[in-house]
Amino acid sequence: MSKVLFASISKKFVMALAGLFLLTFLPVHLIINLMLLKSDPASFNEAAHFMATFPPVKIFEVVLIASILIHVTYGIYLQISNWLVRPVGYVSGNKSETSFFSRFMIWTGATVLTFLVLHFFNFYFVKLGLVDGDPEDFYSMAHNLFKIPAYNYIYLSCFILLGFHLFHAFSSAFQTLGLNHRIWTPVVKKVALFYAILIPAGFGLISVTLWLFR
Amino acid sequence: MKLTLKIWRQKNAQVKGNFETYRMDNVSPEMAFLEMLDSLNKRLVEEDKDPVAFDHDCREGICGSCGMYINGHPHGPVPAITTCHLSMRFFKDGETVWIEPWRAKPFPVIKDLIVDRSAFDKIQIAGGYISVNTGSAPEANNILVPKNVSDEAFNSAICIGCGACVAACKNASAMLFVSARISQFALLPQGRIEAKARVRAMVDKMDEVGFGSCSNTGACEAECPKQIKLTNIARMNREFYKAF
Ligand code: HEM
Ligand code: SF4
Ligand code: FES
Repeated sequence: MSKVLFASISKKFVMALAGLFLLTFLPVHLIINLMLLKSDPASFNEAAHFMATFPPVKIFEVVLIASILIHVTYGIYLQISNWLVRPVGYVSGNKSETSFFSRFMIWTGATVLTFLVLHFFNFYFVKLGLVDGDPEDFYSMAHNLFKIPAYNYIYLSCFILLGFHLFHAFSSAFQTLGLNHRIWTPVVKKVALFYAILIPAGFGLISVTLWLFR
Repeated sequence: MKLTLKIWRQKNAQVKGNFETYRMDNVSPEMAFLEMLDSLNKRLVEEDKDPVAFDHDCREGICGSCGMYINGHPHGPVPAITTCHLSMRFFKDGETVWIEPWRAKPFPVIKDLIVDRSAFDKIQIAGGYISVNTGSAPEANNILVPKNVSDEAFNSAICIGCGACVAACKNASAMLFVSARISQFALLPQGRIEAKARVRAMVDKMDEVGFGSCSNTGACEAECPKQIKLTNIARMNREFYKAF
């Protein structure tokens, strides 16, 4: 049994499940953030308050943090193991036709991770009371951050790289779960492209609006 | 045609190797790639030098032994063929051709371009069979198999175990090979009986001999001389989950 649990396929299975959960969380987060575009802080702050206090959402939060930790740990572990399987590389390079963004998952992932650390210091740790700030007024905190040009540069670059990650991630997760289908797999790939553009575009819209037009 | 060859030379697994440069002045575009190497070796033998060691047997694309990595592709730049089927007309006059062995820890170099692919045999031995009594062939129509299913099983069974999938994969993963060998049985009624034990044993062995994991990058599918599809890997994953 333990052999089955630690097989390479099982690791990818767990990683894909955690990744899929993160894929469902991103649109939820985006919808709440879009309330930042309103001039009245009330609805955003109420939504943030609800997310922080409503008990069922607390379970969601535990699953979310666990998913991030599992996905990142397995992602880094698998990547390092995979590098070690080819100690000597090819001088003539690798010119095979591949799913382009799949080759950079560890780097796009690492960028997202760096952003998450920054993001946790800016918001999540404030909520947990580890960092100074008013957890009841994330609206003003967000608006203040988006006034800093450097923050917007970092924010936008990270979301573009997240989009690259998502494009491969979306369809890859289905394949890992064993879901490959003559008709549906091409559809999944189209949805993946749509998703990978929509999510970064949504977050990017908030950044650019608050930075340049408020 | 004139060509410059950069060939990996390595005496054995213990010593370090390096690239040697060979100039070829008289390459005919009608030659097969392996014939071109034969002519180089003839020259090296005449010059009393060590010929380039490379694996080959059938020279008709069925034994899977002629693996070498040519200009960034396993079996060279032409899709869906083995090196023995590669013709020199796909190369340009004056071109530099890099020839390297498969690179993967479970495929150690034996000499020059020859690698030890017995890791594949170990996976096959772990579960790539069905248990039947020997004797005369049973009546073929006793167990009926739909045509589309037998075609699909056949498309997996044509894997020649060449290792190009491992060579192409950025993770040196053997998932395309293993999934083809699992699918050829999983699809047929005769193979269902031992399906669970088979997938567990073969995946277990695949991990044990040290191949990488799958990133769903698709380089294997693009380079496989027998055009084995990624759908095999999804099927192997399903079989693996069902075996719990
Ligand atoms: C919101 C954030 C993220 C989402 C939605 C996400 C989603 C996914 C999904 C669904 C996959 C496909 C899994 C599969 O191939 O079966 C994946 C792959 C991957 N993720 Fe993430 N991910 C996120 C963040 C991260 C972070 C922070 C890292 C940090 C290192 C990371 C590293 C990776 C790696 C290395 C892979 C490729 C695994 C492989 O090639 O086998 N991801 N991601
Ligand atoms: S799957 Fe294709 S590339 Fe891999 S060993 Fe079989 S025939 Fe060769
Ligand atoms: S020599 Fe047999 S496949 Fe090339």
